[in-house]
Amino acid sequence: MSTHQVTTVIGLEVHVQLKTKTKLFCGCSTEFGAPPNTQVCPVCLGLPGALPVINEAAIDLAIRTGLAINCSIPEMTKWDRKQYFYPDLPKGYQISQFDLPICADGYLEIVDPADDESTRHIGIIRAHLEEDAGKSMHDEVAGKSDTRIDLNRCGTPLLEIVSQPDLRSPAEVREYLTQLKLILMHLNVSDCEMQEGSLRVDANVNLHIDTDGKKIATPIVEVKNMNSFRAVERALEYEIERQYIDWETDGLTIDDRAKTTRGWDDSKERTFIQREKEESADYRYFPDPDLLPIRIPAERIEQARLTLGELPQATIRRLQDQHGLKAYDANVIVNQGPALIGYFERVVEVSGDAKRSSSWIQQDVMRTLKEQDTSIDAFAVSSDQLGALLKKVSAGEIDNARARDVFAYLLEHDVSVDEAMKSLGIEKVDSSELDALCQELLDANPQVVADVQGGKVQAIGALIGQAKKKNPNANPGKVRETLLRLIQS
Amino acid sequence: MLDSALELVRLQENGDLTAVEIAEKALASVRDTQDSINAFTHVAAEQAIEAARRVDAKRAAGEPLGILAGVPVAVKDVLCTNDMPTTCSSRMLKDFRPPYDATVVSKLREADAVIIGKTNMDEFAMGASTETSAFGLTRNPWDTNRTPGGSSGGAAACVAAGSVPLSLGTDTGGSIRQPAAFCGITGMKPTYGRVSRYGLVAFASSLDQVGPMAWSVPDVALLLEAIAGFEPRDSTSLNQFVPKYTDVLQSSDLRGLRIGVLSETAETAGIDPAIMDVVNEAAKVFQSQGAEIVEVNLPHSKYWVPTYYVIAPCEASSNLSRYDGAHYGHRTDSIDMHSPDGPLVSAYCRSREEGFGSEVKRRIMVGTYALSEGYTDKYYNQALKVRRLIKGDFDAAFSQVDLLLGPVTPSTAFPLGDKIDDPLQMYLCDLFTVGANLAGLPAISLPGGSDSSGLPIGIQLQAPALEESRLLFAANAFQTATDHHQKRPSH
Repeated sequence: MSTHQVTTVIGLEVHVQLKTKTKLFCGCSTEFGAPPNTQVCPVCLGLPGALPVINEAAIDLAIRTGLAINCSIPEMTKWDRKQYFYPDLPKGYQISQFDLPICADGYLEIVDPADDESTRHIGIIRAHLEEDAGKSMHDEVAGKSDTRIDLNRCGTPLLEIVSQPDLRSPAEVREYLTQLKLILMHLNVSDCEMQEGSLRVDANVNLHIDTDGKKIATPIVEVKNMNSFRAVERALEYEIERQYIDWETDGLTIDDRAKTTRGWDDSKERTFIQREKEESADYRYFPDPDLLPIRIPAERIEQARLTLGELPQATIRRLQDQHGLKAYDANVIVNQGPALIGYFERVVEVSGDAKRSSSWIQQDVMRTLKEQDTSIDAFAVSSDQLGALLKKVSAGEIDNARARDVFAYLLEHDVSVDEAMKSLGIEKVDSSELDALCQELLDANPQVVADVQGGKVQAIGALIGQAKKKNPNANPGKVRETLLRLIQS
Repeated sequence: MLDSALELVRLQENGDLTAVEIAEKALASVRDTQDSINAFTHVAAEQAIEAARRVDAKRAAGEPLGILAGVPVAVKDVLCTNDMPTTCSSRMLKDFRPPYDATVVSKLREADAVIIGKTNMDEFAMGASTETSAFGLTRNPWDTNRTPGGSSGGAAACVAAGSVPLSLGTDTGGSIRQPAAFCGITGMKPTYGRVSRYGLVAFASSLDQVGPMAWSVPDVALLLEAIAGFEPRDSTSLNQFVPKYTDVLQSSDLRGLRIGVLSETAETAGIDPAIMDVVNEAAKVFQSQGAEIVEVNLPHSKYWVPTYYVIAPCEASSNLSRYDGAHYGHRTDSIDMHSPDGPLVSAYCRSREEGFGSEVKRRIMVGTYALSEGYTDKYYNQALKVRRLIKGDFDAAFSQVDLLLGPVTPSTAFPLGDKIDDPLQMYLCDLFTVGANLAGLPAISLPGGSDSSGLPIGIQLQAPALEESRLLFAANAFQTATDHHQKRPSH
């Protein structure tokens, strides 16, 4: 791909399943995993005569999400029918929003994957509410092809968030999705489980290629059924490569070929054609006469705004400004969600050392959480305990290695930091004790003394190790300091 | 015998008749007329007797009874009933038994009415003659060679034939008022949203409205009282107080009431002169009761029918797409597994091809076309704009007058087969009625006289939204002064 200047152009459609107790237009449960067709009623089955009634909770979740992604919320929004025939669509149309979506014209700031220190502005065209369809399950037993339909999911509320084609690489897409998921989790509007389909991503991608001073665009491809962030990233990497090779081979451009739909095969790691010639779909949208337009008073929007709290991006900035963290570190912590952010802030408060707190949390705490497959709320070492421990490290009362021993002990025992240290026999070594220990080592190792005096300061390392062996409580930094002072005196 | 609900209630209260006796008489009458009139698609004899028994038992036990206690009611077969089929007179829904009752049906049961059965109609309520029913046409009791009108033809005919005193129809473009006029009874289309559409199988959602049919205004008022009201499961239902409609019928003094007569009606080509005579005669009756007659003009009335015949098919094409043979409704036995479009599309096409009749197909095609890309603005969106102008006409008229008076139909009941092959002629049956549906207003059709062959002629009153009481009051005053509503077919 190196012979021409290539710009990758990606736009995303993200379907978010909103965390309402009941469906968008009826009182059926939205819980995942129930036996097929047990969470259905005349309304979600589209039985003749049944009528939809809006679930106000979904409107509020959509407004909250819209505000968090910097969208404007119009005074009036309405429902439209999108008509198409499909076995998992009982009414023959989906209730959706067409020209007056509930959220419009927003953006998301993401960290530029190519440069930690700068951000990228990704436009969001709109976010609209719609009902989900059911699920078809194809059974192919003994030459018979049976299709069974589960309509439990019919009518589940979805918010479809449509970005501008502002994304320039699979890494940016991943970053965008990470940020979006962070916000959705923060707002508690969705479970964001890609495996369960509560977060579904479709990507529209093509390449803009500079060739002999002319700009051409490759045909647009919509990539579907990717069920993890990693799959999205790899599918797009594959697709970009494929489109370039195709263009080199057949020279087809966006003018020669209509948009096609491709699926992602995770095991074969490649996209495959689903619909060759996407017919220009005529959904015959028109306002749903069973539902009145919704007026959203300004107070309702303001009320929703008050419930947002500090949004993840603001937290990332604040952790940088207030605690001097690097953008990368602030991101890692905020990406873990509100509970871990709270944990971090308390550790900093107690220890007074933000950088050390950040590094301990990113390494020791997060690794342990992963090993134990647990959450920060259920973590054995409290933020107060870790804060107290790190305060001692910063004060030089205990070194990092010994602090890890204490940390390990705290994971197993419900005791205070001081008690843990006592149980482990960790005591503060006073300076006369340290002087004596160091003098003893220097006396036993004249060669090291000579080397150091000859300028090979690193030779001192050997003695630090020996000092630790003789007294595990000796702080290596202090030992080094003392050894050098004694040699030079 | 069975022609007044209020009378039947009184007879039971006096102990002259039991609900079971009334139900048996109604069922006998249905049996006697079913072959010649074919007003019913389903007769629920056992359930009716059972319901009547419960009413008698409640009365014997001194328990409180609903306002329709022991009164036989027929229900148009487009309203869901959990213990009877709901076919919409379509092959598509031949075997459909809804798992629930329409709100109006629940309300009938709560009012202790005795549901006799489901009445025949034009398929999916599309038609003006009840000839498009998949279960055979219905005949007009005044002249069995003529149509009872449509689409609530069965609902009108079963009252006119004397089988039941009350029936529920639905009115999308005149489907209560036109058959009421053809059958010489009184029928009302309430304000859109006054009566819930929950459980009414949708034809055109923004126009459909359930309404009462009976011989006289007091019975219409009684039935409306039973079915009106807010339904939280219907977003378009109005959360407004329901007056006791029967209470407004005491006086027939119309002094202070201004009634507008549509000036352009007289010029409408093709209208039977006998009908205009009846309307003019009616104006005089109202005048004699103290009303002031004013000439008014609805400038966009010539666009009623074209506007209606864009909006209604658009909504119908969407509402009827659920009948795809996959979930319920007729499914073809002959899916073409090798169809170039694939077996699934073949299943849809054949199921719909076999399940729907030609008028339904015609409207689905018109609606699909009018909503399709490139044509939405030309047809559907344009029709919505005109609809707003039409509403504006009514607003302007009702700033001058309290009610509007005019004809219901351009002709009296026409012979069977006369218009069935000429859809445009059939559509013109709605000439005077669709305005109220487009504007969502209440309107009533009541007997105003008859033509030279003795066929009933209806007059129509229209009122501002939610002014059903005013409509009933004036209509009742008319019936107090006249006896057209007391004429019965000789059949």
